[in-house]
Amino acid sequence: MTDTVARTAGPGTTEWETVIGLEVHTELRTATKLFCGCPNSFGDEPNTNICAVCMGLPGTLPVLNRTAVDYAMRIGAALHCRIQPSIFHRKNYFYPDQPKDYQISQYDIPINTDGWLELPDGKRIGIERAHMEEDTGKTTHFGGGGRIAGADHSLVDYNRAGVPLVEIVSRPDLRSAEEARAYVDELRAILVASGASDGKMEEGSLRVDANVSVRPVGSPTFGTRCEIKNMNSLRSLGRAIDYEVARQISLLEGGGTVEQETRHWDENTGRTSTMRSKEEAEDYRYFPEPDLVPLDPPQEWIALVSDGLPAMPADRRAKVAAAAGLAPDSDAVVTVVRLDLDPLVDAAVAAGVDAGLAVRRLANEVAASIESVPALDVDAFVSLLGMEGRGELTTAQARTVLRTLLADGGDPVAIAKSLGFEALGADALGQAVDAAIAGNPAEWERYVGGEDKLTGFFIGKIKAATGGNADLKEASALLRSRREAG
Amino acid sequence: MNGHESALGVAAAVRRGDRSAAEVLEEHLARIGEAEGEIHAFNTLTEDAARAAAAAVDATVAEGRDPGPLAGVPVAVKDNLCTRGIRTTASSRILEGWVPPYDATVVSRLAAAGAVMVGKTNLDEFAMGSSTENSAFGPTRNPVDVTRVPGGSSGGSAAAVAAGFAPLALGSDTGGSIRQPAAFCGVVGVKPTYGAVSRYGLIAFASSLDQIGPFAHTVADAAALYDVIAGHDALDSTSLSEAPPEASARLEAGVDGLRVGVVSELVSADGMAPEIAERARRAADALSAAGAKVDEVSVPAATYGLSAYYLIAPAEASSNLARYDGVRYGLRVPGEDVTEMYVRTRTEGFGAEVKRRIMLGTYALSAGYYDAYYGKAQQVRTLIIRDFERAYESFDVLIAPTTPGTAFKIGDIVDPLTMYLNDVCTIPSNLAGHPAMSVPYGTASDGLPIGVQVLAPALGESVMFQVAAALESTAGSL
Repeated sequence: MTDTVARTAGPGTTEWETVIGLEVHTELRTATKLFCGCPNSFGDEPNTNICAVCMGLPGTLPVLNRTAVDYAMRIGAALHCRIQPSIFHRKNYFYPDQPKDYQISQYDIPINTDGWLELPDGKRIGIERAHMEEDTGKTTHFGGGGRIAGADHSLVDYNRAGVPLVEIVSRPDLRSAEEARAYVDELRAILVASGASDGKMEEGSLRVDANVSVRPVGSPTFGTRCEIKNMNSLRSLGRAIDYEVARQISLLEGGGTVEQETRHWDENTGRTSTMRSKEEAEDYRYFPEPDLVPLDPPQEWIALVSDGLPAMPADRRAKVAAAAGLAPDSDAVVTVVRLDLDPLVDAAVAAGVDAGLAVRRLANEVAASIESVPALDVDAFVSLLGMEGRGELTTAQARTVLRTLLADGGDPVAIAKSLGFEALGADALGQAVDAAIAGNPAEWERYVGGEDKLTGFFIGKIKAATGGNADLKEASALLRSRREAG
Repeated sequence: MNGHESALGVAAAVRRGDRSAAEVLEEHLARIGEAEGEIHAFNTLTEDAARAAAAAVDATVAEGRDPGPLAGVPVAVKDNLCTRGIRTTASSRILEGWVPPYDATVVSRLAAAGAVMVGKTNLDEFAMGSSTENSAFGPTRNPVDVTRVPGGSSGGSAAAVAAGFAPLALGSDTGGSIRQPAAFCGVVGVKPTYGAVSRYGLIAFASSLDQIGPFAHTVADAAALYDVIAGHDALDSTSLSEAPPEASARLEAGVDGLRVGVVSELVSADGMAPEIAERARRAADALSAAGAKVDEVSVPAATYGLSAYYLIAPAEASSNLARYDGVRYGLRVPGEDVTEMYVRTRTEGFGAEVKRRIMLGTYALSAGYYDAYYGKAQQVRTLIIRDFERAYESFDVLIAPTTPGTAFKIGDIVDPLTMYLNDVCTIPSNLAGHPAMSVPYGTASDGLPIGVQVLAPALGESVMFQVAAALESTAGSL
C-alpha cells in the first residue's frame, strides 16, 4: 500500500521515478547498401563507396536489398516481434549529408512490431517496433565547435549514405541508467547473435538515443520527456541519463517545468544542452515512398528466418544456469554467455563433468585470457575439469594447468606431471586427515569442542604431510565431516 | 503521316540495305538545320553521337548482323531522360552543367534497337506545364502554326516529330504530357500502363504518375517504339515483372465485336469545346461503323481527377525536387551558411511554376493537413480506379477527347488554373495507372489538329493500339 498523503510538493520530499525509452540504430552487416550495389564497408577512403543511386542523382531509383530484409526479420524474430507486411515512407528534411534530402524509412507500418527483450534479471522490456531505414552520409564541420551552426566549412563523406539500418524503439519500460545500459548491452548481444549486426558502438554501427522523463513515484502518467542524442558509448549513455534525470528533478523541485525538446550530450562537459525545442521540431512530411512497392515477405521466408535463428543470450544463460545450479543473472553465467563460452559448458556436461566447475573455470581463468580461447582444445579443457573433479588435482593446481593450457596448449595430464602435481586421490587425502587427527589428539579434542581457529593447525599438518599436493578446501571439508561424525 | 516517312519504313529500308542510316540521319539533320531556329524543339542536338551511332548501324548491316527493329531511325529524346555524357537539363537552370554518368533504361533500349538519337528535346521545366513555355531555355513553337504552343510538357518531342526532325520521339506523361502535345501537334502520343516502361533515368516529377512513352506519326510506328522500350527492368522496383503486352500484335485486327465506351464525364468536361466533344463522338461512330459495339459509359470519379492530381503530383514533386540543393551537382549559389545557400540556389534555379508546385506539395504533406489533402486525394485515386474497373467490366476500351481545346497562342494563358484545365481529360488515366493514347482525328474549324483518346485497362495496350489503328484508318475520310 502506497502512502500518498506523506508525499507533498517541495524540495527533497518527493520520491522520483525515472522513465526511459531507448531508440537504438544498428547498421546491418550486409555486403552492400540498402538500395544499391555499393559496398557497405566502414573506414574506407571518403566518397569511394558511392554510385548514382546512393548519391541520389536525378533519375535514379532505389531497389531493396533482399539480405537487408532477411537481417531485419532476424532482429524482429530475436526480439519476439510480429513480422508483418510493411511499406516504406519518405522522411523529408534538408541536410547536406542526405543525398536526396529525404530519407527512405518506415513509418506507421514497420516490418517488426510489438516484441520484447528480457534483461538478465528476468525483467521484460517492451519493443514497440524495429523498422528499416537508410543511413545518411557523415558530415565533418570545421570551425564553430564542430557543429553546423557557425562552422566555416563542412565536408561530407557519402560512403555511409544508404547503408541499411534497423531502428529498434523500446517502450518506456526502463527505470534507471543502469537498466538502460543493461538493455543496450543485452540488445547488442542479441544483434550480434542474430548475425544481423556487428554491434560495434565505437564504429557507429550501434547508436543510441534516449527519451528520458521523471515522475513522482506512483504517478500513473508520464512526465514530459527530453530526447538525448550523441552518446557514443555505454558509459556516456549512463552518464547522460544520470545528468538528465538530475536536471529534470532539480527543475521540477524548483517549481519549474520540463520542456519537451531534443538535447545534445556533451561528453567533455558532462552536460546536456538544448538542440532544438518542440516548436523548432521538423515537420518531416512523411508520405509513402512511391519508388518502392510494399514489402510482403512470404510466410515461408519468415518461418525460415525464425527457425534459423541461433539460440539467443537469454536462452543460453538459462541453459547454463540450470546446468550449473546458478542464477541466470549471476556474474559467472552472464560472463560465460557474453564471451560465447557456453559451448564449453555443454561439452563438459556431455562428458559428465560438473557444469558448476566448468562455469567457474570459464568465468575466471578462461575469461581472463579470452584471446587464447580460439586455440583452446575442448577435449583438453574437459579432461582437465575431469581431473579436478575427481580430486586428482587441487583447485590451485587445476588453475595453474589451465593457464598453461591456455597459453601453450598441450595435454593436461602431461602438463600436471611436468609441473610435479602428483595426483592425490580422495583416499590418500582421507588418510592424511586421519593421520593428522591421530597424531594430535589434544588439539582434536579442542577442535571438536568448538575451537574453529584450530582448522588452520590441522590444515598445516595435512599440507606438510602431503607435500602441498592436497586440495585444502577438500581437506577442511573432511575435517568438518569427521568432527560432525564425532 | 503528314507527308513524313514512317519509322517502320525507314527501319525496313535500312535493314534491307536499301538506304544507309547515315543518309537517313543527314536528311533529318538537314531538316533540323532548316527549321529548328524557328521551332526550338531541342535543348541539345547530338549530331556527332548520332553520326557515330548511324555509322555503327550501317556497319552492322554491312556485316550481315541484325541491326535491330528500329535500325537507323532518328529519335528525339525528351531532355528529362538521362543520357550518359550528354547534358540533361529538364529545362531547368538548377541542373546547369550537369552531365549524367549513366543512360536511362529507355535510352539504352533505343540504342540496342538500332535507333539513332538526334537530340534532347525541350520541355516545361521538370515536366511541369502544358505548353513548354515554362522552359528555362525559351518556348518551343508548334510546327503546325508557329504562333502557337506545341502543348506540354513534352512539347519539344511532339514538335520534333510534327516538324519531321525525327520519325519517333520519347516523352514522359505525368498528367497528359505526351497526349496533350500529341493532340496539339497532330501526331500520335502514348502513355503506357504504369510500370510497363522502366522509369530508371527519368528525372522524376511525380513518381507514382510518371510514365515514359512514344510519339510517332502513325499508330504502327508508336507501337513499334512501345515494343522496344516496354518490359521489366530490375533497376525500377515499380516496373512490372510480367511480360509486357505486344502493342504491334493486333494492329490489323479491326474492331469487329469490340465493346467501345464513350466516357460521358470527359466528353462534357469543364471548358470542353463543342466541336472537340463532337469529334470524339464521331470517332466512336466510325468505330461503330467498323463493327464495334459503342455506348456511353459513366466514370463518375473522373471528374475529381484534376483536384486529386494537383495534390498528389505536387506533393511527390516537392520531395523529388528537394535534392536540387546546390550541395552535390548542378547550380550552386553561395550563401553565408548552408541554409542561405539552399535558399539562394533554389530561388535562382527554379522557375515560377516549379516553385508554385513545390509550395503546393509541401503544404499538402504538412502535419495537420496530410489527411485533408494528400490522404483525401489518394482516396479519390482509389475511387477513380474502381470506377474505371467497373467500366471495363462492360467495355474493352474507352473513348474520350484528349484536350478541351486546340493549341493556343504562345503567351495567351497566364493563369495557372486555366492552364491546369488542359489536362482534365488525360489526368484520370495517370491516376488509375492505365494506358491511354491520343490519335490525330482531323482538324478543327481553326485548322488546328484535334486528338481523340483511346483508353484501356492496365496492360491493355494490345487492344488499345488495335482500336487506335482502326481509328487512324477512318481519320482520312473526315
